Amino acid sequence: MDFREGMEHKYRELLENYIKDQSEQALYAGQKFSRKTIEHKISPEEIVSLHKSLLVEMHPELPKDVIDSFDLLLEVMMGYGLTYRENESLRSKQAELRSEMEIAANVQQTLLGTTIPEVDGLDIGAISVPARHMNGDYYHFVQDENNCISVAIADVIGKGIPAALCMSMIKYAMESIPENRLGPGSILENLNRIVEQNVDPSMFITMFYGLYNPETNILSYASAGHEPGFYYNAAEKSYAELKAKGLLLGIEKKTKYMNYEKQVSPGDMVILLSDGVTECRTDEGFIERETLVGYIDKYIHLSAQEIVNKVFKDLEKLQNFQLRDDFTLIILKRKV
Amino acid sequence: MNLTIDTKKTDSLLEITLNGEIDAYTAPKLRDTIFPLSEKNGIKMIIDLSGVSYMDSTGLGVFVGVFKNVKANGGHFQLNGLSGRLQRLFEITGLADIIDVNRQIEGEAK
Repeated sequence: MDFREGMEHKYRELLENYIKDQSEQALYAGQKFSRKTIEHKISPEEIVSLHKSLLVEMHPELPKDVIDSFDLLLEVMMGYGLTYRENESLRSKQAELRSEMEIAANVQQTLLGTTIPEVDGLDIGAISVPARHMNGDYYHFVQDENNCISVAIADVIGKGIPAALCMSMIKYAMESIPENRLGPGSILENLNRIVEQNVDPSMFITMFYGLYNPETNILSYASAGHEPGFYYNAAEKSYAELKAKGLLLGIEKKTKYMNYEKQVSPGDMVILLSDGVTECRTDEGFIERETLVGYIDKYIHLSAQEIVNKVFKDLEKLQNFQLRDDFTLIILKRKV
Repeated sequence: MNLTIDTKKTDSLLEITLNGEIDAYTAPKLRDTIFPLSEKNGIKMIIDLSGVSYMDSTGLGVFVGVFKNVKANGGHFQLNGLSGRLQRLFEITGLADIIDVNRQIEGEAK
């Protein structure tokens, strides 16, 4: 190793300089030297040992006691050296894990990828942002051969990697259900059976499932314990809660889910969200659902995608850019 | 952010008082403390939540897990002192229909 060979010579020079005039400059050179030795993973006890052998060489007249004392110092320093090396190896392991997490997050995005369908007469906007690396929120759009659009929004209770892995399973379960022949309630009943059988008993999923028929402009929907969305009535310029009752997925095998229907008029909007949206916390407390409606209303003249983007930016700012929970907001707007 | 857990046990009745916040950081502690207690046959577990200022869905997960376990062992599980916000959380998720939940009596406007 090149550095080790030159190190002895360099340290001798530093030591000689310092003993000669005890200048600040010589001390500073010592600091620079230690940065180099750290970089080259030289242990503290190696430095002490070098110091001792150089002293003996340069000042053979030194009392034996002083020289011997370095052996004790060397022994003491050994513990520091070990800790330092452990720390270094943990640090590199951590960097490795971090890069694996990033890869996992990318894989998740690919696995859970969904595209917002293009439908005549319907303007759709969606945003989903994870609080940490991986997203426990999920949304999914499917367009069938009759142009019906189904939209699912879900939140896995439990955060981080386990939640994200669980979501991937749900997506594949959803894709294997022949949805266009079933109503939202039956789809949730099917998913409930799958989740109940396969997922860890302390993990649960909330889901809202909607089916929009652009021919009749009827939205039929069902909810499995999901945070209720909103319905915007354009004629009355009013917002109402999109009420639906149903138990979380994965709790009881034989749970039934009711179907609800809503006739959607031109300009009306269906607003779906995850509880991260209403559980946003600011310094003054929680954001009330009414506040959220206020934000949406502020941007109501914009396209659905612009509304969700701007509402997210506003809520993010309100929380000082620190998301506490995953955030998902979807808007379906019937064009005028 | 912290959570204190006090347990009081008399015969088959187990009263647990929680104070603080239940979130992703405190939920593991809660789970580790109360889950083993739910294993006992025919236990009556009453949890007082009136001192809980915040709870997210992770806390909900803990309670559901414990509830299922208590039920499987022929016991009874009850949550008391829910704030309006917590009550709403249990109603939205449909859990209020299967778990015995009771609202805060003192200091509530309605």
